[in-house]
Amino acid sequence: MKANKLITIGLCSITCILLISCKGPVSQQGGMEAGDAASRVYVAPGQMDEYYAFLSGGFSGQLSVYGLPSGRLLKVIPVFSVDGEKGYGFNEETRSMLQTSYGFVPWDDAHHPELSQTNGVPDGRWIFINGNNTCRVARIDLTTFETVEILELPNSGGNHSSPFTTENTEYVVAGTRFSVPFPQQDVPIESYRERFKGALSFISVDPVTGQMKVAFQVLLPAFNYDLAHSGKGKSHGWTFFTSYNTEQSNTLLEAGASQNDKDFIAAVNWKKAEEYLKAGKAHAIKANYLHNVYDEGSHMASTEEMNTVNVLIPEECPDMVYFLPTPKSPHGVDVDPTGEYIVGAGKLSADMSVHSFTKMLDAIGRKSFEGTIEGIPVVKYEDILAGVVQSSGLGPLHTEFDAAGNAYTTFFISSEVVKWKVGSWEVVDRAPCYYSVGHLMIPGGDSRQPFGKYLLAMNKITKDRYLPTGPELNQSAQLYDISGEKMQLLLDFPTVGEPHYAQALPTSLIIDRSKKIYKLEENSHPYATKSEAEGKVTREGNVVHVYMTAIRSHFSPDNIEGIQTGDKVYFHVTNLEQDWDVPHGFAVQGALNAELLIMPGQTETLLWEPKREGVFPFYCTDFCSALHQEMQGYVRVSGRNANVPLKWWVGSQNP
Amino acid sequence: MIFLAGLSLIGLFLFPVWKITLEAPQYPGGISMYIWINKISGDSPGTLQNINILNHYIGMQAIHPDSIPELNYFQYIVILMTLLAFLLAAFHKRSLLLIWTIVLVLLSAFALYDFYQWEYDYGHNLSPDAAIKVPGMTYQPPFLGDKTLLNFVAYSYPSLGSVFIGLSMLFGGMAFIFKRKYNIEQ
Repeated sequence: MKANKLITIGLCSITCILLISCKGPVSQQGGMEAGDAASRVYVAPGQMDEYYAFLSGGFSGQLSVYGLPSGRLLKVIPVFSVDGEKGYGFNEETRSMLQTSYGFVPWDDAHHPELSQTNGVPDGRWIFINGNNTCRVARIDLTTFETVEILELPNSGGNHSSPFTTENTEYVVAGTRFSVPFPQQDVPIESYRERFKGALSFISVDPVTGQMKVAFQVLLPAFNYDLAHSGKGKSHGWTFFTSYNTEQSNTLLEAGASQNDKDFIAAVNWKKAEEYLKAGKAHAIKANYLHNVYDEGSHMASTEEMNTVNVLIPEECPDMVYFLPTPKSPHGVDVDPTGEYIVGAGKLSADMSVHSFTKMLDAIGRKSFEGTIEGIPVVKYEDILAGVVQSSGLGPLHTEFDAAGNAYTTFFISSEVVKWKVGSWEVVDRAPCYYSVGHLMIPGGDSRQPFGKYLLAMNKITKDRYLPTGPELNQSAQLYDISGEKMQLLLDFPTVGEPHYAQALPTSLIIDRSKKIYKLEENSHPYATKSEAEGKVTREGNVVHVYMTAIRSHFSPDNIEGIQTGDKVYFHVTNLEQDWDVPHGFAVQGALNAELLIMPGQTETLLWEPKREGVFPFYCTDFCSALHQEMQGYVRVSGRNANVPLKWWVGSQNP
Repeated sequence: MIFLAGLSLIGLFLFPVWKITLEAPQYPGGISMYIWINKISGDSPGTLQNINILNHYIGMQAIHPDSIPELNYFQYIVILMTLLAFLLAAFHKRSLLLIWTIVLVLLSAFALYDFYQWEYDYGHNLSPDAAIKVPGMTYQPPFLGDKTLLNFVAYSYPSLGSVFIGLSMLFGGMAFIFKRKYNIEQ
């Protein structure tokens, strides 16, 4: 007995020694942390994430929705690019969404998602995103996660400093990255300094419907306007735009636009601008731009052509715009949660300048200016400086905040996130990014009340981080826990396209308002078919309308004869389902566009122009039910002017 | 007391009598159908359609409330019984109280039998063209309790309306008993 006991004790000791000796090296290699991190991003099957995160797709033109902390991809919302998967931009209903004054544009470069806010806090109603190339701003409804509006912007070239919102979503802004001739015209490029201007657009947002309108534009000197953020709290009523290329170079900007020691943050007092607008100071300038709105009732988008825009010129409107000198081509301009500090990240400098809003107002009050540019007073750098975050890294780009008075800035060149204290400007932590981080995002981190907890860094380069996929590799996002003193890397995951920026908010702000179906009785589509009995096929000349329904597991009608080559056949398919997660797809052989993906209660239309005689199948593309594979039909195409009568049926041959 | 019995019956217009729930993994929370004295409802306006879609695969007839005459005439019987109860409250006729209560019990028994008949019909009278035919399988939902029907578990239980019928019987019976006591004391 005693011997047994001794052996047991002995074994225990050995085990303890082994455990202790193992622990050392593992924790040194970060192994223990990795295990711990895994449990913190693990969302068990059937469980839900804490946050919705919206990451821009960059050159994919779309917006992807992830759950955090798991990094699960929930949806890719088509915005500026056609999407065959959902028929977006291919079906007759959404084609208008991508119409511009240049015609149908099937692609764009989507950079910055921005959630609507109420009292300076994300409210979960809409999310806006900019199209950089063919200057546009889109609005996505967060009850349906669908793009419901796209507004084109006149007098702009590269809609980059966009669509940052004001505290109550009074406006989302859209500053032009590239200055262009104003008005746009055929002039020598060399006339850049004389003929080019940079327009900052203020887009008003209807507080109830969300509908956007270019309320006014402020015409600034021909610089590049890079990013923006609006004031909050005490600085509500102001919007700040960074500028670079204040050298006004029009060729080889990488050198030409990097000479000045300081560029500017343009501080726009938009409440003042509203007064000038009311007082009739705006010039109604002829402009040609389109406004596309998707109506949820008719499930259809329509386009309105806009002809004029109100333009305010700072020279004629004193006290509306000021320039704040800021070192070396600033990229991000970020306002802390109190609204007092304006962080300008000079991307070619090592230090970061933080301006004080109070000091700025004070300098303006004292008229302490170092000069004016095109009627815009330039305040003195020293007058407004609150502090400098020193030797913090190289290439600061963008800053967000937590709820505990810390700021987090990305450094592109030194590829890291730096944590510093607002007020004392001391650097307290830094964490590497893999690799070359652009923007970062903290849920609510650009609002008055950051939700905190996590930080998402979005990286431009991944090289050896994932399995190779040939020359083209993914961009990535990296999730850090910021609830402690030290930032801790928890997870990294590849992204759709290039995420330039992101937004996130607690799921509770969205989840209960998320739509499950569209009510069939509210469907006001002109070609809706609300019951199988109403199904029919009509012909007007060579235009054929098929009023078709889809319900598990058949189309009605599913046999159609009397179509002729050269016809334009519109399949208007109504999904009669009223159950959650029962979409039906529709695809027909030889279609030159895409499929339809029709949600319950919705009507969508596919144009089919048959060129060959024969009998062609159509079928449901979304695995809807046990008899999905049987959900099919035939359409017979006869020669032009053949005397096959127009007939349709379902279920019984030749009714 | 008999007045309360009549009043309880009005509860039948406020709450469903029976609830049938179908559960399967892809229907989190289940699909519930509520049978009222005068209608059939569901968790959502689309519920009945959703149940009919599921049922058509096994060849079950679609449930159309309009084609179930009971949903039309039962409500008049209830109204009649309620009015009779109110009338009896005015008269002091003890034997009538007993008769009223017995009639109510008989009517309820008939309603349950009728419900069973409909369940039997839906469950057995299947279309020969059904997509899914399992030899020997019928799909009658349980009369009371739960039952596995292919991938679904069907639960069938009385709902709040039935409680009101029960209360009504109780009050009817009590009215009769107390009336007797009252008579004896006299």
